[in-house]
Amino acid sequence: MIKARFDRKLGDFRLQIDLALPSRGVTIIFGASGSGKTTFLRCMAGLTPEARGYLAVGDQVWQDDDRGIYLPCHRRPIGYVFQDAALFPHLTVEKNLLFGLQRVAPELRWISMDQAIKLLGIGQLLQRDPCHLSGGEQQRVALARALLTSPQILLLDEPLAALDLPMKREILPYLERLRLELNIPIIYVTHALDELTRLGDHLIQMDQGRVTREGPIAAALSWVTHSADPEGEWGGVLFTLVAGHDRLSGLTDLTFEGGALKVSLVDRPVGTMVRLRVKPNDISLALNKAMATSILNIVDVLITDITTTPDPYQVMVHLAIGKTSLTARITLYSLRNLKLAPGMRVFAQIKAVSLLI
Amino acid sequence: MFPLEAEAIDAILLSLRLSATVTGLLLFLGTPLAWWLARTRSPLKGMVEALVVLPLFLPPTVLGFYMLLAMGPQGPIGALTKALGLQGLPFTFSGLVVTSMLYSVPFVVQPLQNAFASIQPRMLEAANSLRAGPWVTFGRIVLPLSKRGFLTAAVMGFAHTIGEFGVVLMVGGNIPGETRLVSIEIYDYVEAFDYPKAHALAGMMVAFAFCMLLLLYGFGVGRDSLMRR
Repeated sequence: MIKARFDRKLGDFRLQIDLALPSRGVTIIFGASGSGKTTFLRCMAGLTPEARGYLAVGDQVWQDDDRGIYLPCHRRPIGYVFQDAALFPHLTVEKNLLFGLQRVAPELRWISMDQAIKLLGIGQLLQRDPCHLSGGEQQRVALARALLTSPQILLLDEPLAALDLPMKREILPYLERLRLELNIPIIYVTHALDELTRLGDHLIQMDQGRVTREGPIAAALSWVTHSADPEGEWGGVLFTLVAGHDRLSGLTDLTFEGGALKVSLVDRPVGTMVRLRVKPNDISLALNKAMATSILNIVDVLITDITTTPDPYQVMVHLAIGKTSLTARITLYSLRNLKLAPGMRVFAQIKAVSLLI
Repeated sequence: MFPLEAEAIDAILLSLRLSATVTGLLLFLGTPLAWWLARTRSPLKGMVEALVVLPLFLPPTVLGFYMLLAMGPQGPIGALTKALGLQGLPFTFSGLVVTSMLYSVPFVVQPLQNAFASIQPRMLEAANSLRAGPWVTFGRIVLPLSKRGFLTAAVMGFAHTIGEFGVVLMVGGNIPGETRLVSIEIYDYVEAFDYPKAHALAGMMVAFAFCMLLLLYGFGVGRDSLMRR
């Protein structure tokens, strides 16, 4: 368990936090820019000595102002990755990696140089200078460099924010690998729904220096997507379990609270959790359950709300299946034709899903 | 080649010794001062900066005059050296060192301050997050990233000290082997209408200054490879 309590005033802004974070998995700190999420992360790292408060990771107290305890940043067993990688320009990639490794006693190391290099796929980059790397490569080196200090906690400050979309796609699989293979908690600051849904296990939402909501990802996701994306443009996420494979038809059966789905073969063992994103354009609505249809997935849903979209001839229908919320974009014409209204139960025909993890 | 007499060679060696001492001491003492100036948000910063740059705006004789008074038996520095049981500083090599240091301070501190200020705070934070304490961070990150600043500071400090005249004349006088520097020796030759000897020394000074600048700008061109930027 990580216990954090901070109070920091900076002009008009005030950070006030009192939290217990899980010591496993990825905790996402989510919020708009200026919500204080990076400040919070810097407080945990010991990079803002001005912040008053308390911080304990496991049974170690890193900061306790009442008892006059404050570990400076370089004495905290953390790994920190900055938005812009912050590699040392005068050292090669290899020397950047060694910089932190050298300062950790061999008996405290849980990851070797070779393991870190392999985990992040940076074997070919070792003799290069940081300025000759792409943004994605720099960020992978920064991740490896942080891991090589064998930290007890990994703090990531929007590690993908400075990258363009192709580079994000390149680096996300590595982050997923870290999530699966590391036994240390990862605190991940972001304002991107993408990263949150793919990587998060636990969610903390911040606004104006305070925690507004907090909880495990499955429960927390609908309200976060709702507040970050009130129009529902991004769509919804289904948390499903692999129930079985039909290799002959090339399909996998997934179950979730409120229904079941058939999707193209997912190469994961039965019982694994799989997250699916369903985009608003991939759902159509019907009053009756179509019997003779090529659409595989038809689920029973409740209409919770109907909102407008930038296109005056289209509307967004917000749906609930158990605790999950989805959105469907349909035409105004269909809305009137079917006489849809909040509170009605209808059938959602899911045409396509995309696999998150 | 013009002949160099023994006294001219003495003057050259003395000038080199003075410049090396002053430059070494200024790099050592100027580094913490420049670091403080580059990082602080203290309200005192403006005043300290003004004091550091002040010698640039004073005629050397003014600075020399006040240093002579301060180091004299009635002055504060003179009182201090007397209390410590030391020899008085005027007309000694030590007195030249102290005065030249004051006079060359801006040439050493300013390049260092600029070099330090151009290092992103993020670099220092990254080093801290990789378990490097303040000293290691300074040695492994700050020093190599401000290499060019140190080179500039050393060359400027050295060259400026070699070339000064007014200050050293006021404080040091003209004692052979103790305070008679190259610049003063040249002045003496010219006073005595001994132009060939003046030429020999003055020509050497020109060549020296040019070589120092060549060193500085030569490295400046190669900065990209030097700094790996």
